Amino acid sequence: MIGEAGHFALALGFVLSLALSVLPLWGAARGDAALTEAARPLAHGALLAVASAFGFLVSAYVANDTTVLSVVQNSHSLKPLLYKITGVWGNHEGSMLLWVLILALCAASVAAFGGNLPSAFRARVLAVLGWVLAGFLAFILLTSNPFERVWPPPPDGQGLNPLLQDIGLAIHPPLLYVGYVGTAITYAFAVAALIEGRVDSAWGRWVRPWAVASWSFLTLGIAVGSWWAYYELGWGGFWFWDPVENASLLPWLAGTALLHSAIVVEKREALKIWSVLLALLAFGLSLLGTFLVRSGVLNSVHAFANDPERGVFILGLLLFYVGGGFLLFALRAPAMAPAGLFAPVSREGALVLNNLLMCSLAAVVFLGTLWPMFADFLFGATVSVGPPFFNTATFPLVVPLFLAMAAGPLMPWKRAALWPAIERLWAAALAGLAGFVVALAIGGWNPLPLFGVAAAVWLIGAAATDIADRAGLGRTSLANAWNRAKGLPRAAWGAAIAHAGVGVCLLGISGMGFASERIAALSPGQAVAIGAYEWRLEGVRDAAGPNWTSRRATLTVLRHGQPYAVMEPERRFFPIGRQTTTEAAIRTNLLRDLYAVMGEEEGGRAVIRVHYKPLAPLIWIGAIVMALGGFLSLSDRRLRVAGGARRRAAAAGAPA
Amino acid sequence: MRRAALPAALAAALLLAPPGAGAVGNPADMLPDPAQEARARAIGRELRCLVCQNESIEDSNADLARDLRLLVRERIRAGDSDAEVIAFLRARYGDFVLLRPPFTAATAALWLSPALALAGGVLAIWLVRRRGGAAPAAPAPLSPEEQARLAALEGEARR
Repeated sequence: MIGEAGHFALALGFVLSLALSVLPLWGAARGDAALTEAARPLAHGALLAVASAFGFLVSAYVANDTTVLSVVQNSHSLKPLLYKITGVWGNHEGSMLLWVLILALCAASVAAFGGNLPSAFRARVLAVLGWVLAGFLAFILLTSNPFERVWPPPPDGQGLNPLLQDIGLAIHPPLLYVGYVGTAITYAFAVAALIEGRVDSAWGRWVRPWAVASWSFLTLGIAVGSWWAYYELGWGGFWFWDPVENASLLPWLAGTALLHSAIVVEKREALKIWSVLLALLAFGLSLLGTFLVRSGVLNSVHAFANDPERGVFILGLLLFYVGGGFLLFALRAPAMAPAGLFAPVSREGALVLNNLLMCSLAAVVFLGTLWPMFADFLFGATVSVGPPFFNTATFPLVVPLFLAMAAGPLMPWKRAALWPAIERLWAAALAGLAGFVVALAIGGWNPLPLFGVAAAVWLIGAAATDIADRAGLGRTSLANAWNRAKGLPRAAWGAAIAHAGVGVCLLGISGMGFASERIAALSPGQAVAIGAYEWRLEGVRDAAGPNWTSRRATLTVLRHGQPYAVMEPERRFFPIGRQTTTEAAIRTNLLRDLYAVMGEEEGGRAVIRVHYKPLAPLIWIGAIVMALGGFLSLSDRRLRVAGGARRRAAAAGAPA
Repeated sequence: MRRAALPAALAAALLLAPPGAGAVGNPADMLPDPAQEARARAIGRELRCLVCQNESIEDSNADLARDLRLLVRERIRAGDSDAEVIAFLRARYGDFVLLRPPFTAATAALWLSPALALAGGVLAIWLVRRRGGAAPAAPAPLSPEEQARLAALEGEARR
């Protein structure tokens, strides 16, 4: 019964979103206020329908209803409750439903918080979101019904892939999907603006909070995924350039470019056409990610389903939305006159450079990800494109990015001189040099990570310089500067913090270059050492959980010969599905990680691999700092009160 | 762990299950000389485990990956240079084994993509600016009303 109710709710959501995609557009075109205003209740109604469908699916999982195929394939009665719930989106059908739920949530929040948008514009934005919602609900209803029944019901489910039975599955996909779906909102703003044929600074002001929110969630989602891979897969790596990771990086790069170019639209009314294009592109890349994960066209460690029929459907949706967007763009863009001229060296110029580098990076990652397919198709050649390629090819683009990122925020709008901006960065440059020397003294000569450390410290220093400079530190009394710093717009703080977060993250990545690891087959009492740390195997014993059994090693960590900590890596065996996973033991102090993994046992000896990873935690802390910068910027009063005063507000030209 | 030993076709059908536990490795397989072992690892990270999804032979648990790890170490012990080891494996398994694709006709555009993207972007910016420069969009001078408002706003900003 629950299954049918869920299926019905989905169908209801589909009908409501069809209505949402047509009626408000009609109303806005004909100036019919009632139809225009129908957008909001329709968006809320669609959310209600999709949310109940999702609720029904969750309850089927919790009750372990084995008449539902999705439950049978992905759940098991012995699974802990948390994983029964998160297992809902640990598979293709359920994750698609989560995706659509978040989309409906976003549409409803535009309806709820978009009070400052002109009614017709809001109606058009919601209508575009209605198209996307309707398309993906049709996809679910026609190809991926999560409520499919199976009869007679098997006695129990087949269980969830043990790697997914982790808290990571509770956090990573929802965060990531909010980020992905957020690009649908900026897309809807872009298409609505193209329909109206007008993009002005108010558009930049409306679209920017959504771009920032989507980017912040995407940043967090990617970071959680990377952290999850780090501790769960047991390789001790944090980024593998896997196609699916790249698929999440692509909309992130486009989103980063968009949130920077939207600043220029808002403040200077330049880059308007370009920003609209970026918004279309970001959504296209986010759909491309969905396509890659679900069609099975690429070899990836986390492909979801490889069903060509579904792939073709998503490809069709992708072509429809992106192609339609570009067609509209081609028709309308030439009519949108550029305004706000600027010299190449200026804040605008720096933001254009950001966009140039971000988009070039995206192009390289895009080509690298899809090249095995292209090469096969075009040249009949089988090639692999792996981490060594990406590291080499992105390097020349990342270096200028880090250099320019520091100077950009210090430049004035319209026309600037390069030298004064660079001159103000002397302290940051000195700090970078100091970082280089310290890292050299501790870690020894290792050029790439050393320059990474220098660049990271330079970025953090430059962000501090940005704030100090705005507060007038050195030009006014300390107390006065402090007060001015406190009074700076939150968007300014947000930008500086996000830039510093990039530095923190880079510091962590550079630290990985100094990491060391040892592998040894130990019998109880024997130890393996890295630097001041020594891991002594005390013994290996059996342990058991709700749906697994394991062999767990107890390692005493000695630091300078003194007992320091106990680490217990284990190997888990999941009888349902017959899989083994390694559970790494990690001991962190937020500045370095001790990491231990257990391998196979043979003749009373256990293979133990230990890592010493200086600065590694900063990778994820840095990403969190970046996202915090984004959220801080969202809380800026100027963004919240934005829109209402369309052009008036734009004339203020407040510092950012 | 046994999963990795499945034939490639079956492994591909099991896509839903990621490769599972990372290779912990066997110390017995390692070279006694740490410098040689470090070289073997660096080489191993450039080579693809042919039956896996995008994993290097150093990261993979598959039996084939282990065979390749041992092969690399054997070549190193035999005195091959890094390039010779890689060439040996390439001759045996083709370009597919290289995670860093060689520069050939089929990958030229890929390797040149950073330069092409940058050059294309710069060209586009230059074209747009040239066109924009031809069409003067100089801002109109402020009206007295706007100037008054600007003065008021500036006063507010200084406060």
